[in-house]
Amino acid sequence: MSAETNEVSSRALLSSDASNRSALERSHLDLETAEKPYLDSNELIINMGPQHPATHGVLRVILKLDGERVLGTECVIGYLHRGVEKIAENRTYTMFNPYVDRMDYCAAVSNGLGYCEAVEKLLNVVAPPRAQYIRVILTELNRIASHQLWLGTHALDIGAMTPLFYTFRDREEILKIFEKYCGARLTTHAFRIGGCQYETYAGFEKDVNNFLTFFAPKIDEYETLLTTNRIWLERTKNVGVISGADAIALGVTGPVLRASGVKWDLRKAQPYAAYSEFDFEIPVGTNGDTYDRYLVRMEEMRQSMRIIEQAVSRIPEGAIMGKVPKVIKPPVGEIYHSIEAPKGELGYFIVSDGSTQPYRLRVRPPSFVNLQALDVMVRGLLVADVVAVIGTIDIVLGEVDR
Amino acid sequence: MPNFIMSYLGSTVTPGEAGSQFWALIYVLIIFAGVSVAVICMNWIERKALAHFQIRLGPMRVGPHGLLQPFADALKLMLKEDIIPAEADQFVFWVAPLIGLLAAFTVYTVIPFGPSQAVSDMNIGILFMLGVSSLGVLGIVVSGWASNSHYPLIGALRSSAQMVSYEVAMGLAVVSAVLMTSLNASGTGTLSMIGIVQAQQQQGVWFIFKFFPLGFLAFVIFAIAMVAETNRAPFDMAEAESELTAGYHTEYSGLRWSLFMLAEYAAMIAVSSIAVTLWLGGWMRPFPNLLHAPAWDFIFSLFPGLTFGGLAAIAMIGAARMPAHSFFRIQRIGLAVFAALLAFSALLLLVIAIAGRSADTSVAARFREGIDYVYWFVLKVAVFMYLFIWYRATWPRYRFDQLMRIGWKVMLPISLGVLLLTAIVGVILP
Amino acid sequence: MAEEVKTPDPTPPLPDGEKKALVEKPTAEKPTASGEPAKPAAKPAAPAKPAGPVPLPWTSPMVEKYRSQYGSGLDPLTYLGQNYLAVDRSLIPDILRLLREEEQFDYCVDITAAHYPKREKQFDVIWILYSFPRNERVRVKTQIADGASIASSVSIWPTANWLEREVYDMFGIQFDGHPDLKRILLPDGWKGHPLRKDYGILQQDKEWVQINLGIESGQ
Repeated sequence: MSAETNEVSSRALLSSDASNRSALERSHLDLETAEKPYLDSNELIINMGPQHPATHGVLRVILKLDGERVLGTECVIGYLHRGVEKIAENRTYTMFNPYVDRMDYCAAVSNGLGYCEAVEKLLNVVAPPRAQYIRVILTELNRIASHQLWLGTHALDIGAMTPLFYTFRDREEILKIFEKYCGARLTTHAFRIGGCQYETYAGFEKDVNNFLTFFAPKIDEYETLLTTNRIWLERTKNVGVISGADAIALGVTGPVLRASGVKWDLRKAQPYAAYSEFDFEIPVGTNGDTYDRYLVRMEEMRQSMRIIEQAVSRIPEGAIMGKVPKVIKPPVGEIYHSIEAPKGELGYFIVSDGSTQPYRLRVRPPSFVNLQALDVMVRGLLVADVVAVIGTIDIVLGEVDR
Repeated sequence: MPNFIMSYLGSTVTPGEAGSQFWALIYVLIIFAGVSVAVICMNWIERKALAHFQIRLGPMRVGPHGLLQPFADALKLMLKEDIIPAEADQFVFWVAPLIGLLAAFTVYTVIPFGPSQAVSDMNIGILFMLGVSSLGVLGIVVSGWASNSHYPLIGALRSSAQMVSYEVAMGLAVVSAVLMTSLNASGTGTLSMIGIVQAQQQQGVWFIFKFFPLGFLAFVIFAIAMVAETNRAPFDMAEAESELTAGYHTEYSGLRWSLFMLAEYAAMIAVSSIAVTLWLGGWMRPFPNLLHAPAWDFIFSLFPGLTFGGLAAIAMIGAARMPAHSFFRIQRIGLAVFAALLAFSALLLLVIAIAGRSADTSVAARFREGIDYVYWFVLKVAVFMYLFIWYRATWPRYRFDQLMRIGWKVMLPISLGVLLLTAIVGVILP
Repeated sequence: MAEEVKTPDPTPPLPDGEKKALVEKPTAEKPTASGEPAKPAAKPAAPAKPAGPVPLPWTSPMVEKYRSQYGSGLDPLTYLGQNYLAVDRSLIPDILRLLREEEQFDYCVDITAAHYPKREKQFDVIWILYSFPRNERVRVKTQIADGASIASSVSIWPTANWLEREVYDMFGIQFDGHPDLKRILLPDGWKGHPLRKDYGILQQDKEWVQINLGIESGQ
């Protein structure tokens, strides 16, 4: 598994060269000077956002346009900054747990998983197997829900209205399972440090299996709407291309990285929870364009279903809570733990001073880092492609701004 | 007075031709009211149909099944605060929606709903139509400029480029249809809209089937170009809501915004009418030559009544299926009344059809004919309107450069080739 | 699977150590104690904490090489199976470049910092690196004083651009050679750096709020 990883990425490394380095490093936009002085009357500076239908929240992108062609972009973020990291320093480890759900609110379960595992690592405890399995099932369901939300809004950005409603119809089934499990639909707070708070409800396995049989044809339905749709192909092929080397240099992770041909998924590369026990594939793309990212995510939904199927059929009996003290006081030290969230590598860096509150808690948000690649991806494209690329990076502003 | 009305009903030419300004004015008013009502219906149908495509219900609250929703919307839009941006050019900003509206409605003067059911039969009808309908872009460009804002400006520029490009392919497709009229027995072609329909009648074939597949290709090109021409999905770049927030009408609100909407839908109906006139036999019922016996005339003249009867039945079933809860009592009564109205119209139409079944010049017969013409015309246009909704529900939006590429590199060569081949075939075959 | 390796000493159950830790007041020595793992010379870490793992020296061919090259400026440690290098500030540009170019740490996962106001060198700056070919993570850590600046790594990893901006925004640490070092999450005119320990959780730039939002307070 890791041999494969290594092979692909070293190939990506070889193709890395210095020529495009300057392009990657250029992120700020010079609004004063015109790029083409003799045509400066054509240059237009447009504020896309913070209130804009296609920026998925309060992202503000300053676009410098030559007619419709994008000469440069600059992202202005922070409109949703709530100081999550500062809050963490003033809350106990347990109290902070629900806060992480509010970052990537489309994939709250993943956030909770990353945080709980990071603190467990700091405490040097391991959640019991049954808890691990429940975590995997819920996290993968959440991955599907997150990808559904992405697909609907991405298609809407490109002008296809209808898939949005189809994905929301099916996402509802996942949210119902969450609601039955822990009472919440979106910001679930499903996991606790050391395991899970709740045992699965009666009929959980049946519900999940029903969802799997219900959902399999639905993915095909989405695909019939889009995958071979001529306009969809024209709008997504060769749009927002990023090479594997560039993606690595820019720290891009998740489906965006995989679509560029780097076969790297933390669930395989550095397995956490119970992922090493399941059989699944990492879908990769070849061109690194918007269409490949679309295909990768569609396939990821199918692979998530495979994982869920295995996990549900093999879920072990036993305790759901590990041996964790009532008051969580990790020893002095620091830890970094990351998981493969639907959007990419979600990491938690925690510094403990031995007290009940984290001394420093840093979240490594995938959306924040991936958004940095927007500029490289859209330079030279048209305005319409900017919204397509924002959609395909799959950002959630709650996580970008924290 | 009755004689005056009767004299008109006995006339077989349009009021414009007859030089009757009074009747022309009446016609203009009827068309204005009719198109406005059609826009209202279209609004409701679009919202409902789109909703059902998207597994939603659509409007359900205002009136039974949201039937009164368009009226509620209209009222809301009229009462809304009228905002003009501080830096906008006030006068131009004010005038822009009117230009679009004017252009969209002026086209209707030459659209024939029947051989005499038109405001006027201009001998340059189709040219007039092309000219006036392309004026609509002026309203859009002007609104984009007057808003003094970047999004409307980009939307307006896109729209103007798009309309100009598609006008070319559209014009060539129209010319190939006009060319076909010259294959009449008389040997002379015509630009008159009524003349074009009559040419199809004479030649015994809708132009869509003429010289298959040439007529069909020209029709398809026109059908694509007209979607681009009216800025509808998948060519709705000018107002692409996910890119330009709302395109050229970003800064518009309230009544002015509703005028833009009115103009857009009126233009959709207008271009559909043109497509129907040029390729689908205009007001003619199916198979007028093959099934021309008076018995067939009678059977086909029952269709309007039956259609209304069907609608009444659907509304009746809807009323019967309303939940039995008292909350729904008023809605149920409303829907039943609506069904009753439809049923009454159906009855009226059937009575007229039966009364006017003898093919003479009696008033009833003239009435029946007129209703038949309008009915078949509207039915064909309605199919196009449904297609517009279907496109919108199905397709993503094209990108601007792709749109231009299709316009210039695909549609233009094909329409040119179709035109040349039509000319050649027209000389060789007959 | 370097991450999965647990430290040799199990010391599994924490409850006992937990209670002891509760008794002794941790707040007093909070800043120093946690800052120290980087410095092996400091003693408090080991004796004060009865339970729990401690940082151990990290040995591998790679670190031996650098150790011999740079000597005492470099301190490789491992904690709970995670390796890190505590590096002297002056060596930072060299070490980061070497890690990127020779050791194939091609992916800069994160750059962050931590503030220890009672220490002489107040800030820890931390780079979290990952190598795709080696499937291995390493952290690089250095200490800098308030007001001091540190070399930017944007030329090594372009992704450092926004990450360094965030560190600047939150801690006020200057990065030399950064192409566009300005605030990223907070508004441009904001005063203060919120993740410093002396910045209260309810504190805000009242002046900015009043001028820009026209309200008395954002709270």
